Amino acid sequence: MQSEVMFAGFGGQGILMCGKVLAHAALEEGHEVVWIPSYGPEMRGGTAYCLVMISDKPIGSPVVRNPSHLVAMNRPSLEKFASVVKSAGIVLINSSLISIDAGRTDVDVIKVPVTSIAKELGSVRAANIVALGAFVARSKIVGFDTLRHCVHEEFVNKNNFLSLNLNALEEGKKAVEMPAEK
Amino acid sequence: MGKKVLMKGNEAIGEAAIRAGCLNYFAYPITPQSEVAEYLSHRLPEVGGVFLQAESEVAVSYMIFGAAGAGARVFTTSSSPGISLMSEGLSYLAGAQLPAVFVNIMRGGPGLGGILPSQADYFQATKGGGHGDYHLLVMAPASVQEAAEMVMRAFPLAEKYRNPVIILGDGLIGQMMEPVEFPDYLKTEPTKKDEWATNGMQFRNSNKPNLVKSLFLDPNQLNENNLILKAKYERMKTEDTLFEPYNIDSPYQVLIVSYGTMSRVCKTAIDHLKENKFEVGMIRPQTLFPFPEVAVFKAASKETCKAVISIELSMGQMVEDVQRCVQGLRPVHWYGECGGNVPTPEKVMEVVKSLV
Repeated sequence: MQSEVMFAGFGGQGILMCGKVLAHAALEEGHEVVWIPSYGPEMRGGTAYCLVMISDKPIGSPVVRNPSHLVAMNRPSLEKFASVVKSAGIVLINSSLISIDAGRTDVDVIKVPVTSIAKELGSVRAANIVALGAFVARSKIVGFDTLRHCVHEEFVNKNNFLSLNLNALEEGKKAVEMPAEK
Repeated sequence: MGKKVLMKGNEAIGEAAIRAGCLNYFAYPITPQSEVAEYLSHRLPEVGGVFLQAESEVAVSYMIFGAAGAGARVFTTSSSPGISLMSEGLSYLAGAQLPAVFVNIMRGGPGLGGILPSQADYFQATKGGGHGDYHLLVMAPASVQEAAEMVMRAFPLAEKYRNPVIILGDGLIGQMMEPVEFPDYLKTEPTKKDEWATNGMQFRNSNKPNLVKSLFLDPNQLNENNLILKAKYERMKTEDTLFEPYNIDSPYQVLIVSYGTMSRVCKTAIDHLKENKFEVGMIRPQTLFPFPEVAVFKAASKETCKAVISIELSMGQMVEDVQRCVQGLRPVHWYGECGGNVPTPEKVMEVVKSLV
């Protein structure tokens, strides 16, 4: 069984790190994992994406045409990648910044205002971890306890951000566990 | 064996060199391998090593010449245009029989090209780059783990042959993160450099003065030096050719020859085709020089095999070696892309199916 998760958004939204934390969690659980960044001539404010592949067998091609899931942090990302997600995959939409729909009926679309949630927690910079919490809570692609441990590891030396991001993770989880207000 | 850690290929390459006992690194930054220098700029001082950003790649190659000549374990990393600049030094290193390790995390060319993955430096690495009759021992990793292991093996190989070794990875190998563990058994000890290195008479037991040079004005001496080099390259072929066969016991109709990231795409394509009862075999060269000549010939000779294809991120370079090995026994085809887009498994399946 192999799953591929595409994280996409603006440069500066913490896309690459978000994928890295998920990859770390998958490794902790004994899976094979590959993390592939976009490394074109990128800049802050430009597009950024990364692909995390998780498998129970050694991973062959690091290139995939159709990822299993998409976490879209801004509108251009949703427009670019929504159509390539595999049927029955998850498409997580950052509804704080994206006003359009995924345009798909064969995928599990979850809308979470991750940027607004992060702002309420104290910093827009935690939006990526809110999204990660929401995505993992819904997909159960890794155990939530493992994920919490990996967020802790990532931020343990960045003291000011540790509790913010741990809270962000929980709020992301809550957002998908309780039906969002329409 | 240690714990598996998640690392970028570039970082793992830097760490692997330290674990192999190399504490001298001279380099000049270039995408997509700059993370090696970034990593080593803080890691080498921690372990008492030397990190030095040179004024140019040409300077790097002669800093390496100096350190290697003095018997120190030394390495550098760069990407395609940077390796072109270092190629003069590579020729001098090979001529003077000095061990050193180079890493080329290839990007698209020619010229400045692009910064995305490529395998277009195959000719440069395997057939020359610099001038004169010399070869590098060329290793091609297909994963972060293999990149780390090859770096650790490269130092003793360079010292065994007193010849530069180059690790040829594409941009994805450098940029992607995978779990990696650094095997303890690949830790290497310093070799007997006293026989040839200019490491100072007061530090060695012999009274024989050593001389490191690539200049031989006497034609007989120069010919002799070239015969010594040639003998080493022949020895590499018999002792250090590495390859991985894949699905080679099946009654395959098509044989793929592919290396690096591209070979992983081919593996996935082979697995999918197998589900559809279409058998394809693959030889993945892990050393590009020496090339797995016998393995490719034998695999192509299999009765069920109708066609051979070289799949590479270049406009058809390795295919010339494949043709040489197949010796006209089967039709040899080529498929590749060279702008930085790595073909998908679906594309490879389509190409392979069209051959029979």
